[in-house]
Amino acid sequence: MSMAKALNAGLQRAMADNDKVLLMGEDIGRLGGVFRVTEGLQAEFGEKRVLDTPLAESGIIGTAIGLAMRGYRPVCEIQFDGFIFPGFDQITSQLAKLTYRHEGAMTMPVVIRVPYGGHIGAVEHHQESPEAYFAHTPGLRVVSPGSPHDAYWMIQEAIASDDPVLFFEPKSRYWPKGEVDTESAGIPLHSSRVVREGTEVTLVAYGPSVSLALQAADIAATEGTSIEVVDVRSISPLDFEPIVASVQKTGRLVVVQEAPGFVSVGSEIAATITERCFYHLEAPVLRVAGFDTPFPPAKLESVYLPDADRVLEAVDRALAY
Amino acid sequence: MAYTPATLQLLSPAGELVASEETAEYLPLIEALSDEQLREFHRQMVVMRRFDVEASNLQRQGQLALWIPSVGQEGAQVGSGFAAKAQDHIFPAYREHVIARIRGLDLITIIEMLRGISHGGWDPAKTNNFHLYTLVIGSQALHATGYAMGMQFDGTTATGNPDTDEAVIVYFGDGATSQGDVSEALVFAASYQTPQVFFLQNNHWAISVPVTRQSRTPLYLRAAGFGIPSIQIDGNDVLASYAVTAANLDAARSGEGPRFIEALTYRMGAHTTSDDPTKYREPGELEFWTANDPIIRFENYLRAQGADDAFFAEIAQEGEDLAADVRRRTLALEAPPADKVFRNVYSEPHPLVQAQERWLADYEASFEGGQS
Ligand SMILES: Cc1ncc(C[n+]2csc(CCOP(=O)(O)OP(=O)(O)O)c2C)c(N)n1
Ligand SMILES: [Mg+2]
Repeated sequence: MSMAKALNAGLQRAMADNDKVLLMGEDIGRLGGVFRVTEGLQAEFGEKRVLDTPLAESGIIGTAIGLAMRGYRPVCEIQFDGFIFPGFDQITSQLAKLTYRHEGAMTMPVVIRVPYGGHIGAVEHHQESPEAYFAHTPGLRVVSPGSPHDAYWMIQEAIASDDPVLFFEPKSRYWPKGEVDTESAGIPLHSSRVVREGTEVTLVAYGPSVSLALQAADIAATEGTSIEVVDVRSISPLDFEPIVASVQKTGRLVVVQEAPGFVSVGSEIAATITERCFYHLEAPVLRVAGFDTPFPPAKLESVYLPDADRVLEAVDRALAY
Repeated sequence: MAYTPATLQLLSPAGELVASEETAEYLPLIEALSDEQLREFHRQMVVMRRFDVEASNLQRQGQLALWIPSVGQEGAQVGSGFAAKAQDHIFPAYREHVIARIRGLDLITIIEMLRGISHGGWDPAKTNNFHLYTLVIGSQALHATGYAMGMQFDGTTATGNPDTDEAVIVYFGDGATSQGDVSEALVFAASYQTPQVFFLQNNHWAISVPVTRQSRTPLYLRAAGFGIPSIQIDGNDVLASYAVTAANLDAARSGEGPRFIEALTYRMGAHTTSDDPTKYREPGELEFWTANDPIIRFENYLRAQGADDAFFAEIAQEGEDLAADVRRRTLALEAPPADKVFRNVYSEPHPLVQAQERWLADYEASFEGGQS
């Protein structure tokens, strides 16, 4: 099934399992969300479980916090990545800190779903990758599935978490289909995993860039280069062990992401792997990222976004050291 | 000066009950109060003013990082604080020490926060639903509204039983009314018809900025634009604050939707101990509000009702005792343990936080018995 359908099925299951789970957001009820991820859920669970809220992101997050204080487990949908910022203050100053402020007397089981990233040819504010802001904020968990299977399980695990989870959904991956094992998740929420084995270079990616890394690895294979791909899945906390193990084997690491590279998830991975794998590295850790510019007009997104050629150029550079 | 013909008073500044068309619906709520309850109102105002002065002194003496005085706002706080029922939830801003005490929060908890020992840290389930202070102006308005939505979803409000039906009251200041979050809270509250009272303490200043900079319309009139019934009261009239809040909370709990109360009051002290109000106050302002002191007004009323010197001497002594007790306990406070830095960042152990805690422990240990 597609990732959009997998998310829908995961949400449906979480709501059926626990009547404290609520969905909140703009256009998520009658319409089923602009990406139809919540399609049919209001019809099934009613208007008190699937709320078409007023059009105010701070209001959505702030009232979700109050509902969490009351014992609910709200799942908020931010319509598009670039519209999370009106809710930024409630997320970073309130949601992220309330468990700490309460010294554990209260927890904040709130999930914020954010369709993010480019490749959909949309207007300004609809193609951004703001995950680093949230990964930088103590108190938040940040995850991003790269496949329908992970989307199905990770959304349920995020809802089950007693901490706030920023759930970044790669909208370019909403429609391609993949296998979903509805019997078993396989691995816990906050773990990275090797999604392709290889020996010469490690590619690390998350969300929309996982499929790009796999595509680059396929091309490299035809040219005789063996690439290992690690899907980080969880940006915060970040499970470094599979990356460390991979780099100890390959000696080379390239990180791929759509977000601007400066002070980004890729920067953090580069710093940590340099610290932990210094004597195994044959080359500096390289980053393939969006440029440090605003996301450009859609006709220029192919200039802005990393593609397989750019990933392979970095792979070649790493191999040349 | 600040009061308008629209400002509801149940007690005149001289301390006499006002019988009029406007007050008629509220006076029975006052008549229903026993002498003991009325005296309790006064006791809390007097004792808490004394506490507040002591806390400011402790700050001046270096015992607190900051104090946030509530002197002058006791009428608004005691009245509305006693109007809330046991099942109600209270979302304060950061100046509502009087209400905290009414709900049973140990005042040393607030002292700890302003000494730098905690960020609040109390459990609302153990403080009669008095929630944590919120320092980001206006944020709590949305939390209160979400909480009130939860009451609706739980079906614990608007059942027709005023003794158990729940409601929320949220406090905020005149400055906060300019924050988007307060407007968004009013939108959500009106949209979902939450069981909720918005209680605005208009103390006329947001630090040094006068309320005229926030609004050119009386603030209670704004509520109409959101579709929320509202009223302006004399916040230095403890009886008006009590009766109007009680009536509006009852309306909210009975399913009539949210209400908005603007209580006109005045912060007679500094914004915080870091502030110097002589830099911005208008001439004559403090004098006007001193003449409208909520405690003096209510003392006049109680004396006319038969309260004698012995009563007033007794509560003055209680204030002294509380101040001495708070001082003693403040001086005995210990610094929090270092590992508190790492506690409760998440609800479960978190690898990064755990690793940093271990690193700090090793680092500290490296000094003990290591090479010097
Ligand atoms: C979002 C935000 N901006 C600025 C401040 C700094 N600040 C603290 S109190 C205050 C004035 C608040 O005025 P008001 O809402 O009238 O409440 P009062 O202090 O008078 O009780 C300001 C500007 C803050 N705490 N939060
Ligand atoms: Mg003010």
